[in-house]
Amino acid sequence: MATIKELSTREDRLSGGHRLCAGCGASIAVRQVMLGAGMTPIVAGCATGCLEVSTTIYPYSSWKTPFIHNAFENSAATVSGVESAFKGLQRAGKIPADKKMKFVAFGGDGGTYDIGLQSLSGAMERGHDMVYVCYDNGAYMNTGIQRSSATPLGAWATTAEVGKVGQGKPMRRKDLTSIIAAHNVPYVAQGSISEWKDLTQKAEKAFAVEGPAFLNVFAPCPRGWRIPYNKTVEIASLATKTAFWPLFEVEDGEWKMTTKRVTRENRLPIEEFLKPQGRFAHLFKPGNEALLASVQAEVDRNFDYVLKRCGL
Amino acid sequence: MSTWDISKMSEWKAEDFPRGAVIPEAGNSKDYVTGGWRSERPYRDDAKCTQCLLCWIYCPDSAINVADEKVTTFNYDHCKGCGVCKNECPSDAIQMVPEGCELPGVK
Amino acid sequence: MPTQKTLAVTGNTMVAEAMRQCAPDVMAAYPITPQTTIVEEFAKYVANGRVHTEYVTVESEHSAMSACVGASAAGARVMTATSSQGLALMWEELHIASGMRLPIVMANANRALSAPINIHCDHSDIMGARDAGWIILFAEDAQEAYDNTIISVRIAEHPDVMLPVMSTLDGFITTHSIDRAQIMDDETVKAFVGEYKPENALLDTDNPVSHGNFAGLGGPYFEFKKAQRNAIDRSAAVITAVADEWSKICGRPFGNVEGWGMEDAELAIVAIGSTAGNARHVARELRAQGVRVGVLKVRVFRPFPFADIADALVGCKAVAVLDRAESFGAEGGPLFLEVRSALYDRDERPAMVNYIYGLGGSDVKLELMRQVYSDLSDLADGAQVPGRLVYLGTR
Repeated sequence: MATIKELSTREDRLSGGHRLCAGCGASIAVRQVMLGAGMTPIVAGCATGCLEVSTTIYPYSSWKTPFIHNAFENSAATVSGVESAFKGLQRAGKIPADKKMKFVAFGGDGGTYDIGLQSLSGAMERGHDMVYVCYDNGAYMNTGIQRSSATPLGAWATTAEVGKVGQGKPMRRKDLTSIIAAHNVPYVAQGSISEWKDLTQKAEKAFAVEGPAFLNVFAPCPRGWRIPYNKTVEIASLATKTAFWPLFEVEDGEWKMTTKRVTRENRLPIEEFLKPQGRFAHLFKPGNEALLASVQAEVDRNFDYVLKRCGL
Repeated sequence: MSTWDISKMSEWKAEDFPRGAVIPEAGNSKDYVTGGWRSERPYRDDAKCTQCLLCWIYCPDSAINVADEKVTTFNYDHCKGCGVCKNECPSDAIQMVPEGCELPGVK
Repeated sequence: MPTQKTLAVTGNTMVAEAMRQCAPDVMAAYPITPQTTIVEEFAKYVANGRVHTEYVTVESEHSAMSACVGASAAGARVMTATSSQGLALMWEELHIASGMRLPIVMANANRALSAPINIHCDHSDIMGARDAGWIILFAEDAQEAYDNTIISVRIAEHPDVMLPVMSTLDGFITTHSIDRAQIMDDETVKAFVGEYKPENALLDTDNPVSHGNFAGLGGPYFEFKKAQRNAIDRSAAVITAVADEWSKICGRPFGNVEGWGMEDAELAIVAIGSTAGNARHVARELRAQGVRVGVLKVRVFRPFPFADIADALVGCKAVAVLDRAESFGAEGGPLFLEVRSALYDRDERPAMVNYIYGLGGSDVKLELMRQVYSDLSDLADGAQVPGRLVYLGTR
């Protein structure tokens, strides 16, 4: 378990000079996750989206590692191809048998929960030695804040508008972390940029494990969530404290809560997480009390599900 | 300084570009200045700073320099002035001051 | 010393053997009729340790080409195969593979595209991908499928080219019929294709590079496409050189187009793939009766051999171009449009008519070929073209 001081001696594999928004949660997620790989050489891939577009505007690349972008829905398949090349070339004797390399595929919730779900599922099922990292900011942010299946119940999005009839997204979020845990891969975890120690430890485990690993990282988007851009980490912290985003891991099928300090009894009311965000403003208008209550109910249902699976 | 010289890229013909739009030098965005985006810049008070390193791990732009396990300076070429560092600093050691007239060169 | 063995074998088996002998480092593929026996036979080679290939059983064709792109950019020699709906599903990836200049070699079992769903031969799948920037070769039979696949590797990996190549064969007709073909010994093929020496390989972590970058926002996208155009134009000479080299080894000729009776033909059929054999059979009958007929088979479709086709046809009186694919809304099928365009600048041009035939595996009966030559004869005598586009063989 590395201390923050020890982490600060590791190479920061994402360079500055990228064009992500001021205060972007995605780059914080990438930096913390990559610290978990230690000094091993990594090859990274990324799905089309904010992270990819902003870090590879020709002729500049912010990736200090070898990097590949292919398309929107296939970063898992693409990186599985890179990992396969490594295996094939080792078998051909062209890469030394003792050479170590790590493979990581990044994708936003858009490229992971929705259009990328099949590709991710296939790569996990095939057992490739790779890590998939989803930076979950709850919408298709790069194309203008359209809803994804990761968008929270009741949240505004440009394709889940608020008006006379609609009050934001009418469906609940998809629980992707559980879906990937059901693939029986060696390591699955849910982390957040505000809990750097928890996330970097999870990243270390993900990279250390042999076989597929999946990290779902909470990465707020100030632009899309309508919060000031200095509040990115603070709002992520509120997501943990209100149990909106439980922090847990599934190691060889065993579910564990990794932050025990938030419980059913002491979790903050969801309003603490919703009120600072403009995308939930309509939930506080007169007439939306039932909707607001249903948002709390959904948070509690999800938290209860995770706690029970963790034996709590 | 990067080894891949792109200073005359606007004059390059089709065959002058690396094949397949490959960028042959990883991490060269370090040469791209985004410091011109900000309207406030962070300033760290060394006396108040406890060297907890939280600002470093929370910076979206890798714009806080560390050496020997201590934060040193801000990388003003890349700092966008988001203020996450100030918001997260537990010792109130970082202040955001309005950006002055001496803006760094913008590409 | 090259040694060849004669086999009674399907086209798919010949393709699988060619791939085995070319020793790809990665094969990511998804089964689809009538390509399936290629990937199944390759799986047998894998299970028996006859290849070192990392065999990736992906969950769709889109992921197949995605994984191939990743593997090729990583620095591996990559081969795969598909057909019809699978080719259509990976359509965006075809453009990405060529835009990223990756030397992937793919076999395509030419099969009709839905709807209605149909598993039999036509060229709609491959023609739908003709603008994707891949070099495209068509085989007439199992032997050509074998020879084309082997030379595809050298063409793709040539430093002047660095483009992906499709080696295609007619679904069921060539993929599944038992034919007579010669297979070269492993050592000769291995020496011929050589080793792949990648540049900008992702796995070279000492020299990290970035692939698949964003050249939008006023970036040099247009320049990259021009470089792609330059590369495919250069590939024509490379195809000729590589094919000649293989011809000397195996003793079989290769032409971008291959003519029968074209030296003095007045009436000619232009066709792609197995149908050339049907046309040739009828042409022999007619020649025996003293009719000056010819058959021109197109073996390389991309880059399109404009000059070779025009040179071969310019002396004819009447030409029928047979298309086993439609281009709905166009004044002719894909081959017709390109052949007609190839003749545009010539002072003397034959009368030309387009026949859409054999869609969905519709049987290419010899009487249809006889009908075509008969139409051409009328045409040469000054009759009107029976309509720019004729559906041949429907009710």
